Amino acid sequence: MKPAPFEYDDPQTVAEALDLLARYGDECKLLAGGQSLVPLMNFRLARPGRLIDINRIDSLSGIKRDDGMLVIGAMTRHSAVEHSTEVAGGWPLLTEAVGWVGHGQIRNRGTVGGSVAHADPAAELPAAFAALDATFRVQAKRASRLIGWEQFFVSEFTTALAPDELVVAVEVPRPQPGVGAAFVEYARRHGDFALGGAAVTIKLDAGGHCEAVSIALLSAGPAPVRATSAESMLRGAIVDQASIRAAAVEATRGLRPTADLHGSTEYRLRLLQTMTQRALIKAAERAKATP
Amino acid sequence: MRGTTATIGHVDLNGIGSSPLRKEDWPLLRGEGTFVADFKRPGMVHAFVVRSPFAHARFTRIDSGEVQSAPGVIDVITAADLPDRGRPIPTRMFKDEGANRYLQRPLADGVARYSGEPVAVVIADSRYRAEDAAERLHIDYEPLEVVLDPDEAVAAGAPLLQPETGTNVAGRLELNLGDIEEAFSQADLVVEDEFRIQRHAAVPLETRGLLAEYDQTTETVTVWGAAKIPHVNKKILLHMLGWSDERRVRLVELHVGGGFGARGEFYPEDYLIPLAAIRTGRPVAWAEDREENLRATNHSREQVHRAALALKKDGTFLGLKDSFINNTGAYVRTHGMTVPGLSISMLPGPYRWPAYHGEYRSVVTNKTPAGTYRSPGRFEVNFVRERLVDMAARRLGLDPLEIRRRNLLSKTSFPFDTGTLFDEHPVVYDSGDYELLLEKAMASFDYEGLKRWRHEAPAGGLLRGLGTAYFVEKAGPAEREYARVELNSSGDVLVFTGTASVGQGVETVLAQVCASHLGLPYERVKVVHGDTAIIPEGMGAFGSRASMLGGAAVMQASRELRRRLLDAAAEELEAGPEDLILTSGGVSVAGAPSRAVSLEKLLSAHDGVLKVEDRFVCELLGFPYGVHFAAVEVDPETGSVHVHRYAVAYDIGRVINPTLVQGQIVGGLAQGIGGALLEEFAYDAGGQPLAASFMDYLLPTAEEVPYVEMLITEDAASPLNPLGVKGAGEAGTAGVGAAIANAVSDALGQDIRQLPLNPQRVMELARA
Amino acid sequence: MTRKISIEINGRLAEGEVEPRLLLADFIRDVAGLTGTHLGCEHGVCGACTVQLDGRPVRSCLMFAVQAHGHRVATVEGMAPDGDTLSTLQQAFHESHALQCGFCTPGILMSMEAFLREEPDPSPASIRAALAGNLCRCTGYQNIVTAVRLAADRMQSS
Repeated sequence: MKPAPFEYDDPQTVAEALDLLARYGDECKLLAGGQSLVPLMNFRLARPGRLIDINRIDSLSGIKRDDGMLVIGAMTRHSAVEHSTEVAGGWPLLTEAVGWVGHGQIRNRGTVGGSVAHADPAAELPAAFAALDATFRVQAKRASRLIGWEQFFVSEFTTALAPDELVVAVEVPRPQPGVGAAFVEYARRHGDFALGGAAVTIKLDAGGHCEAVSIALLSAGPAPVRATSAESMLRGAIVDQASIRAAAVEATRGLRPTADLHGSTEYRLRLLQTMTQRALIKAAERAKATP
Repeated sequence: MRGTTATIGHVDLNGIGSSPLRKEDWPLLRGEGTFVADFKRPGMVHAFVVRSPFAHARFTRIDSGEVQSAPGVIDVITAADLPDRGRPIPTRMFKDEGANRYLQRPLADGVARYSGEPVAVVIADSRYRAEDAAERLHIDYEPLEVVLDPDEAVAAGAPLLQPETGTNVAGRLELNLGDIEEAFSQADLVVEDEFRIQRHAAVPLETRGLLAEYDQTTETVTVWGAAKIPHVNKKILLHMLGWSDERRVRLVELHVGGGFGARGEFYPEDYLIPLAAIRTGRPVAWAEDREENLRATNHSREQVHRAALALKKDGTFLGLKDSFINNTGAYVRTHGMTVPGLSISMLPGPYRWPAYHGEYRSVVTNKTPAGTYRSPGRFEVNFVRERLVDMAARRLGLDPLEIRRRNLLSKTSFPFDTGTLFDEHPVVYDSGDYELLLEKAMASFDYEGLKRWRHEAPAGGLLRGLGTAYFVEKAGPAEREYARVELNSSGDVLVFTGTASVGQGVETVLAQVCASHLGLPYERVKVVHGDTAIIPEGMGAFGSRASMLGGAAVMQASRELRRRLLDAAAEELEAGPEDLILTSGGVSVAGAPSRAVSLEKLLSAHDGVLKVEDRFVCELLGFPYGVHFAAVEVDPETGSVHVHRYAVAYDIGRVINPTLVQGQIVGGLAQGIGGALLEEFAYDAGGQPLAASFMDYLLPTAEEVPYVEMLITEDAASPLNPLGVKGAGEAGTAGVGAAIANAVSDALGQDIRQLPLNPQRVMELARA
Repeated sequence: MTRKISIEINGRLAEGEVEPRLLLADFIRDVAGLTGTHLGCEHGVCGACTVQLDGRPVRSCLMFAVQAHGHRVATVEGMAPDGDTLSTLQQAFHESHALQCGFCTPGILMSMEAFLREEPDPSPASIRAALAGNLCRCTGYQNIVTAVRLAADRMQSS
């Protein structure tokens, strides 16, 4: 279990990294936190000819607020998000979600940008970003663009990134005041990939009606899934046990989560319903508790 | 627990019954241990074992030309390079002529029979380059039909692993005690079912590894990285090499990162790496990686049972029937026949049975070969028997502990000959008071309180259940052990033992035994083990034997050394030996400290070192016994099983070191939790292992293992050895599958028939 | 293609000319000669290879040595103050019988030392949660939890 040989560059700036990407394109692979890529390389299941290590580009890390929006640099470590008071204050869904990523040692290296670019459908942050309607700032040597989460996640381990593009930051809009959020998942052991999970935000009016809601599911399909029809069902309705159960059933309608040795498609569908239901209950309780 | 701190001469010696700090810890805590991968020799090169990617395939040609010319490559070995094309690796116990047709040879020769079977070895100047080169090996595999499931293996027309034998059944046995037909005909109730235990394994955290070096001038080979049973493996290696002179092979044990039955068996690599060292003339290192470990090191436990229990309305057991198939994987390895053999002999457990009928077939399939794993055979059959007992209790409306109590062997039955055999030795339970342990456990763990907890309504739709398992363990196989105790004139003691360390604390325990019986402090005793060049014989560490047999041998040698020393001092001091006090400085007369003689003087006749060698021999095994209690909460909507409380009561005759015994139990229990809930070697239809990494083969973490309450009792000393001890290594594991399954069955009101209790299975049962 | 790198390990510079693919764990073990850091799975699950990179526990099997160039690494060999003493945490492990075979122990010590810096007064549940990133096959974890709590008590009172 030793990686195959590769060429290696460790640019100090984004510009240098983009130059290298422009030059090598498909022949190279970006090395961010490496917590998913390096295991694959050790098994020789991934064998990039060249690695462009972006860990020495300081400008890519950091959490800041920009015009009310949360901007997380791509090389920000999971543990930085986990411990950020800024994030906990305005985007508690992210704080809750990131706690489910691997273990502390993994979160100390793993990065936000790496997680989204890897696009594992079982990953926590992509689902949380879907629930929060995040946008990804992407740069290439000649152009930069913003890609909404929906366009960004194409399929399993596949994104809309071109070979010469680099995710530089994630932009997360500020949730409306009074929103309650919850992230729940179930895995065989804590730290394992989720068998199913849900990221939810919800806002209630004074009468207990749902004003706004977002429901994103992980391990539910080839990419993070937004349960839009369940959201519309719930919007305007009284949020109670019955409406939550109905929304949870609706959320999983038509999904075909991939079976593996840890759970069949049918098991995963039922679990996703339960996770959706529990996340909605938790989020609604939090919304009620929010002044 | 009864403390028996030994005090001879009024000095606390940290002997038997106390828990001194372990001798083993210091280097391990400081990162100064020497595990085999930490050990280096000048000029050392690295081996990589190329393994079959197919579960069953024929091949006619291995083209290693491109490998030979790859950078850094020193040698490539295939079956064609082996003398006799590689001799079959023999079994060690439960020898069976029929099974010998299925032994593994070191390298696949024309047919590979499991994914992970060694087909070649590449030696290069670094592990990285060995792996690079191995990718250039070309083999013309032609896939064959596979057989995986034990029932499929015995079905008509099944693909055969060794077609010339005409069958996949490598071994079979039938056992009849009493009149089983009569017993079942008199039954008020018969419960019967099919039970499946999944394939899982020991998986020590340190993978296997070896370093072999050949000395051309003396024509000897030294192998570091031996474990478990170095002296026996030395003999096997000699046989494999075709050498007769025992002095030409030396096996050395370094630090060993856990054994649990799997490490220290004689595997293909145990021959291939020394052979590579002989061929290349270079020290050759091999460190198994985890991907190999999960495909190549022994699996265990996969069995399917069809069992029935006959009983009277009042719960009295009349008879037990079981027919099972044991899946031993592609070859019969060193302990291939041990697991089914132990299963059939230990199924009766702690109860009175007017009649018992057991039969097994052990079959070969296209999976990794199997062997022993902590509490081999017992984890499996305890699940079968204790589930049947709970099913019967439920049908009869009896408390599960009450039905057990009514059928336990009585205190007056011991020694109790079960009529079954362990490797041709009769299984005679040496001592016990089963009912007393049950009573003590019920009180200590507050069984009534647990029952109240069980009937409280939990929050959040959770379901609560209680489960128990009563079992008999076995300890102390391989009937002899060696010890030599040496005392020098500075008062330092060396104990040489034929047992081995697998991390369990054998140095500490044997030093305690020596301290108590020699009468010098624990701190002055050093224990030496695991080098065939300096220890003449030994049967190693397995089956909970090291404290029992190794301890008894050390005890005898220590006492004899003390006797000789005091006799000599008595003559010198003109006093009776009983009036003498031994210290690290010398011997003096009690009450008259000026009448003393130094060790230096006493030992002068022995060149300054007094040595006593002894062997302890005992043909019979010891049978400790225990009961597990599990209290679980099941979430029917996720299928998760949360262990709310877990408790283990165990009688091991006599406790040498309470802290270490407890450590063994909790550690064993964690492995049992893995077997009950998490760990499974699943395969796809083509025989590819699906749990080939730690992402999918799920070892329990600190969050899955519950806090364990323990009650260790000393109510039934073993009459078989002078210490009265019974081995303590396997009790933590033995009952977990059974107790958890019974608890989950209780919670769901559904009968568990299959392990592990993974979330999907639990959810399906909850919805049934 | 090789690179010259230097990494400060336990306060000393370790230098080498290495292939980019050399794992940090292999550099520590084979180039710097510090074999207390063990390899248990080489895919980031078992935690035996845990070291501290600039003070934070990481898997040294999931980093290339070139990436640690210019950084500070701490390994188990740097924990004890001297040859005759153990650190408070090591001593607590010794006294609590928190190790059996000891193979996983260095990684666990590295994780728990950093954990106690972040959380000096942890509950048993939070110790278990932090410990979940390291596998131990011998102890069942119970005595490790006890040892970490014992070390926390001693660190707080000193």
